[in-house]
Amino acid sequence: MSIPLIEARGLVKSYGSFRAVDGISFAVQQGECFGFLGPNGAGKSTTIRMICCTSPIGGGELHVAGLDPSRQARAIKARLGIVPQEDSLDPDLPVRQNLEVYARYYGVPRALARERIAESLALFQLTEKAESPVGDLSGGMKRRLVIARSLVNDPEILVLDEPTTGLDPQARHLVWQKLRMLRARGVTMLLTTHYMDEASHLCDRLVIMHRGHILAEGNPHDLIRDYAGEVVLELRMGTGDRAPLLGELTGIDGVAIEEVEDIVYIFEAGDAARQLAARIADPALAFLRPGNLEDVFLRLTGRGLLD
Amino acid sequence: MTAIATRPDLSIGSYRVWQRNRDVTFRLWRTEFIGVVVEPFIVILALGLGLGQFVELSSGEEYVAFLTPGLLAMFPMFAAVFECAWGSYVRLEMQHTNDAIVATPVSVDDVITGEILWGTTRSMVNAVYILLVAILLNPWLHMVESPWALFIIPLSLVPGVLFSAISICFASLARAMSQFSYFFNLIINPMFWFGGAFFPIGELPGWAQTLAWFVPLTHVVELYRGFITGEFAWSMLGDLAWVVVTALVFYWLALAGMRRRMVQ
Repeated sequence: MSIPLIEARGLVKSYGSFRAVDGISFAVQQGECFGFLGPNGAGKSTTIRMICCTSPIGGGELHVAGLDPSRQARAIKARLGIVPQEDSLDPDLPVRQNLEVYARYYGVPRALARERIAESLALFQLTEKAESPVGDLSGGMKRRLVIARSLVNDPEILVLDEPTTGLDPQARHLVWQKLRMLRARGVTMLLTTHYMDEASHLCDRLVIMHRGHILAEGNPHDLIRDYAGEVVLELRMGTGDRAPLLGELTGIDGVAIEEVEDIVYIFEAGDAARQLAARIADPALAFLRPGNLEDVFLRLTGRGLLD
Repeated sequence: MTAIATRPDLSIGSYRVWQRNRDVTFRLWRTEFIGVVVEPFIVILALGLGLGQFVELSSGEEYVAFLTPGLLAMFPMFAAVFECAWGSYVRLEMQHTNDAIVATPVSVDDVITGEILWGTTRSMVNAVYILLVAILLNPWLHMVESPWALFIIPLSLVPGVLFSAISICFASLARAMSQFSYFFNLIINPMFWFGGAFFPIGELPGWAQTLAWFVPLTHVVELYRGFITGEFAWSMLGDLAWVVVTALVFYWLALAGMRRRMVQ
């Protein structure tokens, strides 16, 4: 494997006695889309902020493009494109000027900036809105503009912190399409999300974070195979009815059972689960479906809410 | 306390932030400049001509002429304060403008320095405008007695930095917009009334004169008065030193305060 573009070893960040990031290690290769998946408060955004040099690292080692965030912040930031969680567009400036002013922070020469901005506005379907106030844009357009803004310096690494939170399905799919296109162009991407479908759509590889730790790492398919199994059986029946059925399944090698309120999830149950579903023969009571990232996530992080 | 001991991390980025604020001001120029343009006339008419008829100064000076250095110190002070207290807080906390900027190669110190430079610029533009108004009205009101008054233009840089930096310091501490009423009512407003702009400090009781010495605006007014009248005193060097040193101290505190707030 080549030298990783981003590498963390034993990375730590504490706020008082609270360890937001508790000794995590990972490596991001050139050209891949790397995801941080986890519930709110897992430490995803804190990790991202340390990579972006807006938050000093609290311990361990971190290198971005071979550079040290504590000493070479400006050089690192020059290579990054940032799509922050909250819209930080400049409300005092119209769409095009938002990008022009932003390009100036990177010291992009004016003519080059103009060229890139025209191209970006076209790419993100914002050309018609170029002179509009930012406040007039819809949520989806604002997100697209933030992504367009993150490209003004032609970044090597694009950092996306929950890029589609709060968007409607159409807007999300449009954003995903643009991100896939950027990935195809070879831009390395770092993505945090708590949407499982977003992670499986976009990520080549991801880590699942929980309470400042990395619980699992891999590509989405392997994670699903390893933690959820190809087939997941959902039983929707009362405690009394399901107890004898669960008895049949326990003890089979690898099988895992999660009971959540009125639904039981049976992971990695294989043939026994298929037979059980066939015998019940009522999809309202027993439902077989492919495993997904959400299963992985729930199995690893438990079902309790964090906040 | 490492935030205070750290050397400023500055670059061309400070100028980029200044440019951003300039561009926004030009976009919104109608609303931004109406007060600036109109207010001095209102004050000169109301205080100079209205109230002035009833005021007899022991120096024998016309009241409207006495007011000139005060106006030159006070309005630019407000320009800096509005830009760097409310303006900075809005950009920091409500618009997240600063968060977006520090994600680029521009540092927190650059952002704060750029903000202070822009507050200073507006403050200086304001001083130039008031001086212009005073010179235009000179044939009738005799507001400016000496050509030395032109030196106030470069000098206004120093109070511009001072009042901008004080405002940023407060913005770095404020937890809500409403808290600016403390800043305005306990710091800016008393400074406005007791800074020697409206009456000679020398007429106050001793303890009040001592108190007035600690008010930054007092020294700015004294300094400007010398240049407006062309009557120089050694004490003006002390006034200048007072303002320069205080400006540097508050600039340092503004950087430390904002680092503490923005870097976590």
